[in-house]
Amino acid sequence: MEEDIAPHRSRLPTPGGPTGLSRIPGPPLRWSSPLGAPAAPTKRSCLSVTLRRAGGCGGGPPWERLRGPAPITPVPPRPRPTAAEGPQRRGSPGGVEAAPAAKMWVPCSLPRSGPVESKNEAAMSELVPEPRQKPVVPMKPMGINANLLGYIGIDTIIEQMRKKTMKTGFDFNIMVVGQSGLGKSTLVNTLFKSQVSRKSSGWNREEKIPKTVEIKAIGHVIEEGGVKMKLTVIDTPGFGDQINNENCWEPIEKYINEQYEKFLKEEVNIARKKRIPDTRVHCCLYFISPTGHSLRPLDLEFMKHLSKVVNIIPVIAKADTMTLEEKTEFKQRVRKELEVNGIEFYPQKEFDEDLEDKTENDKIRESMPFAVVGSDKEYQVNGKRVLGRKTPWGIIEVENLTHCEFALLRDFVIRTHLQDLKEVTHNIHYETYRAKRLNDNGGLPPMTVETEENHESNL
Amino acid sequence: RKSVKKGFEFTLMVVGESGLGKSTLINSLFLTDLYPERIIPGAAEKIERTVQIEASTVEIEERGVKLRLTVVDTPGYGDAINCRDCFKTIISYIDEQFERYLHDESGLNRRHIIDNRVHCCFYFISPFGHGLKPLDVEFMKAIHNKVNIVPVIAKADTLSLKERERLKKRILDEIEEHGIKIYHLPDAESDEDEDFKEQTRLLKASIPFCVVGSNQLIEAKGKKVRGRLYPWGVVEVENPEHNDFLKLRTMLITHMQDLQEVTQDLHYENFRSERLKRGVLVPVIQQLHTEVLEVT
Repeated sequence: MEEDIAPHRSRLPTPGGPTGLSRIPGPPLRWSSPLGAPAAPTKRSCLSVTLRRAGGCGGGPPWERLRGPAPITPVPPRPRPTAAEGPQRRGSPGGVEAAPAAKMWVPCSLPRSGPVESKNEAAMSELVPEPRQKPVVPMKPMGINANLLGYIGIDTIIEQMRKKTMKTGFDFNIMVVGQSGLGKSTLVNTLFKSQVSRKSSGWNREEKIPKTVEIKAIGHVIEEGGVKMKLTVIDTPGFGDQINNENCWEPIEKYINEQYEKFLKEEVNIARKKRIPDTRVHCCLYFISPTGHSLRPLDLEFMKHLSKVVNIIPVIAKADTMTLEEKTEFKQRVRKELEVNGIEFYPQKEFDEDLEDKTENDKIRESMPFAVVGSDKEYQVNGKRVLGRKTPWGIIEVENLTHCEFALLRDFVIRTHLQDLKEVTHNIHYETYRAKRLNDNGGLPPMTVETEENHESNL
Repeated sequence: RKSVKKGFEFTLMVVGESGLGKSTLINSLFLTDLYPERIIPGAAEKIERTVQIEASTVEIEERGVKLRLTVVDTPGYGDAINCRDCFKTIISYIDEQFERYLHDESGLNRRHIIDNRVHCCFYFISPFGHGLKPLDVEFMKAIHNKVNIVPVIAKADTLSLKERERLKKRILDEIEEHGIKIYHLPDAESDEDEDFKEQTRLLKASIPFCVVGSNQLIEAKGKKVRGRLYPWGVVEVENPEHNDFLKLRTMLITHMQDLQEVTQDLHYENFRSERLKRGVLVPVIQQLHTEVLEVT
């Protein structure tokens, strides 16, 4: 049984935990996200297993590798999900999509929702493990007599995936971009509740602001609830700090493409690794200076160039400098500016798969960019110890939603959309890159990739 | 007494990246709204814009003392992606005012020379950074021989007290490291009273000033104060424990005269000697010069 890995995202829900990490492949519950009411459980309980994978099978979340050696068939790369594919991916509870071509399963309702309707039976008869146009998984054909009169135990796959993930862990690569002093390192440390980013609390005499943008990747292993996450924080010191900042985004774009290239190279190897190490940037947090006016020209330029290459999540840094009205006004202005200039930040509207996605993401998009405050210090407030900033006129509580939107950002990035970020990176950004590379040369000529010169790995 | 009747003229230039709170601070300092119809351009417009010079004059009268204050604003500074040419416009403006004064001074009718020279420049440093940026350093070095620089950190409500101290120290260290000459308050005369001496000491120790500007009245502790209302508390503009606004205002008012003098005696004279070395201003003066040279 496979989880769906088509060029769109299927999101495995992650009920919130201390950082939500332990539940990445958790039971298909719908947690209550801070942004909205919990959705109906039935939707999540469906496991749609439409296998439609454009292009080769590469690395990705470990559970994608659970299937056996799937044949790669030359398929014209389809980086973007077309409208037609959308509805087929996830079925409505109990519904069946009789889609053409390699469809292994139909979306079925799991025992939780009662016995499967008869429509499923007909669809199930389509189960044929034939390598066709799209790579499929060789499966044992199920009997036609699949009236679920009893409990089969299909839902235990969730548990199996969970166990696998716990064993292998997963990668997450987050990049932070913004002028120095905007609190990038503090925010990342606050997000993952650990010292994953070395604070450059002032450039020392010996350590000046770099003349060009540097890329510094530092890896950490974070463990929670038995799940290991290999977190890599990619810092970009020097961005926007010079007098002349022309093209200062180029080293960043180059780095991102290099990671795609690295992955591509692994993917096309004859003897491939079982699990390709994923160094691709899954998420880029872009820090906007809280001027209260508008975006800066550099912000616009950066996001214009990079929003098509990586998932950009803009955040308003050091938001404790704005009152509530100023915040709302500023956010509106920024959203408008981004829209007018055709910049799509994550979650991108064009990748919303269904109505549910759209409503949820619309809500998120309306409240972005999140105005955040970060801190690694704790203070006593009303008898509780909270993360915050102490000033003569009060204590700013980082996790208090009336003070700032840090909790929203954290839940968004880690608890609800972590998997989605990875999938969009893999299924869309990476595929776009791959398609471009394949089309450009009709093959894969060698491209120089900077290896470990620029990376510090502290594992 | 006569000068009091005549009134004072003072030109204050304000320089800093957009969004650092410059306009709010100026409005707060002089309890006025100098920018009533202000439109803030978006990022796309800023890409095309170059640095502008906008001078607004306001007449303030308090207890019989008239002040004709000109605030010279520099929108566009620090906005562009490439700020290499950021300060050309500003330096030209300062030089132009000197040139004009020199011309008037060398002219026949010297009774009513209008002094539009820039007497003081508030340079706004971002509270979000770790200290001075390369642009800050370059700009200050380019104008420190032409105008009195008073470094100011606005939007100081984003800093905790410790961060504030650290930032101030950092900036002072960097100013010294790069040899930037900022305006130094003169020490109090020995015949001044203790209070004044103490005040001067305090002022000197607080540079650069960390200020918060606002003209909004907020209810705090039973009274109405100018401040900013946050969910976690109220920042009071005129509370010395919250920020250095009062110190900045005091410094400006009590040292207005001194700022003018230093501009005249130091910066203007610098400009004048450089200028005269380079070229002829008025033939009569040139002749006098050559005569002096012939004598020596």
